[in-house]
Amino acid sequence: MSGKPVLHYFNARGRMECIRWLLAAAGVEFDEKFIQSPEDLEKLKKDGNLMFDQVPMVEIDGMKLAQTRAILNYIATKYDLYGKDMKERALIDMYTEGILDLTEMIMQLVICPPDQKEAKTALAKDRTKNRYLPAFEKVLKSHGQDYLVGNRLTRVDIHLLELLLYVEEFDASLLTSFPLLKAFKSRISSLPNVKKFLQPGSQRKLPVDAKQIEEARKIFKF
Amino acid sequence: MSGKPVLHYFNARGRMECIRWLLAAAGVEFEEKLIQSPEDLEKLKKDGNLMFDQVPMVEIDGMKLAQTRAILNYIATKYDLYGKDMKERALIDMYSEGILDLTEMIIQLVICPPDQREAKTALAKDRTKNRYLPAFEKVLKSHGQDYLVGNRLTRVDIHLLELLLYVEEFDASLLTSFPLLKAFKSRISSLPNVKKFLQPGSQRKPAMDAKQIEEARKVFKF
Repeated sequence: MSGKPVLHYFNARGRMECIRWLLAAAGVEFDEKFIQSPEDLEKLKKDGNLMFDQVPMVEIDGMKLAQTRAILNYIATKYDLYGKDMKERALIDMYTEGILDLTEMIMQLVICPPDQKEAKTALAKDRTKNRYLPAFEKVLKSHGQDYLVGNRLTRVDIHLLELLLYVEEFDASLLTSFPLLKAFKSRISSLPNVKKFLQPGSQRKLPVDAKQIEEARKIFKF
Repeated sequence: MSGKPVLHYFNARGRMECIRWLLAAAGVEFEEKLIQSPEDLEKLKKDGNLMFDQVPMVEIDGMKLAQTRAILNYIATKYDLYGKDMKERALIDMYSEGILDLTEMIIQLVICPPDQREAKTALAKDRTKNRYLPAFEKVLKSHGQDYLVGNRLTRVDIHLLELLLYVEEFDASLLTSFPLLKAFKSRISSLPNVKKFLQPGSQRKPAMDAKQIEEARKVFKF
């Protein structure tokens, strides 16, 4: 059977949001099955649907794919968003990993223990401003093109846009000294599929607030 | 210029060892420039050689590739150890990510604060025995083949062998109830390139003891 991919995850961004973004940018419609209780998760495990007892899991082309990177790589390859040869893929992979590292750092802030929050927030801001954003500003400056790799849209442009939106939510002033990244953000945001995903009513997920996290923590005991 | 890949990292396993393993299994000779002082690391950064100011970094085919997964993907593609099509690659990626997750968990034990060590060791043992090894035993059982994916050697067989050797060092009893994994370990270990890498005098790195870690911690302030 083929048909739409089915995404299994919580009703939250977490480690699924980059997959939603990539599918949306590729113009692929998808269904979501939300895990709303520990029993839902237990059932997925018991039925042998989760290779390592974890989500994200995506049903696609007859497979039950787990692991964020495996899912992203498959979608990027299938929809030709992964460069034209292995050298372009190497750049795309290197940039993607940097983006995932910083995204993870920022995401972790919402679930980090209160006594560590200040130090971790300061570190995340420092890394954003002094390590990651300068690296990507430099890439754009080096070739002067509209996209990061190969002068056309690839997965990494979508990953970077997603990150820039999180950085903006986190502390918009962090973007001030990166004119090329700001232009990149508007440019990618205006691509038709992306524009659609950015509009209200799409399957994009909103940030969770402290109260929602408390509730999720009680239900899923993390 | 081409020539041998040059690996930049500390004289330790860390996040470079899986790259050493993959190159060795592919029969590729490589050079290592070991980082022996904070000044060595500072120089690499200052010269603009590290995209995100981090190692591992590998000079290969004119690129200065950072990020473990980007490096592994490039080597696996170049030396045809990445499956025959995108569905095989999806399995290889999913399995590889599970292996990297458990490897990271075991590696982190040596540098974790003493007061957390007991709990983290127990968790790592539990995950090894009840999550990861059963998942791979099941894959081997499901198809009865010698290799994990596509009935021939791929990167993921090398990653799994490396993990099984770490598990054995960690607590050999964890392997007892997995006969197919034990047979897999002997089988992959006897492949000529792998056998050579397993012999003393190769570029494989030994486990560090507590004293070496203390010294590294002082020098590199982690």
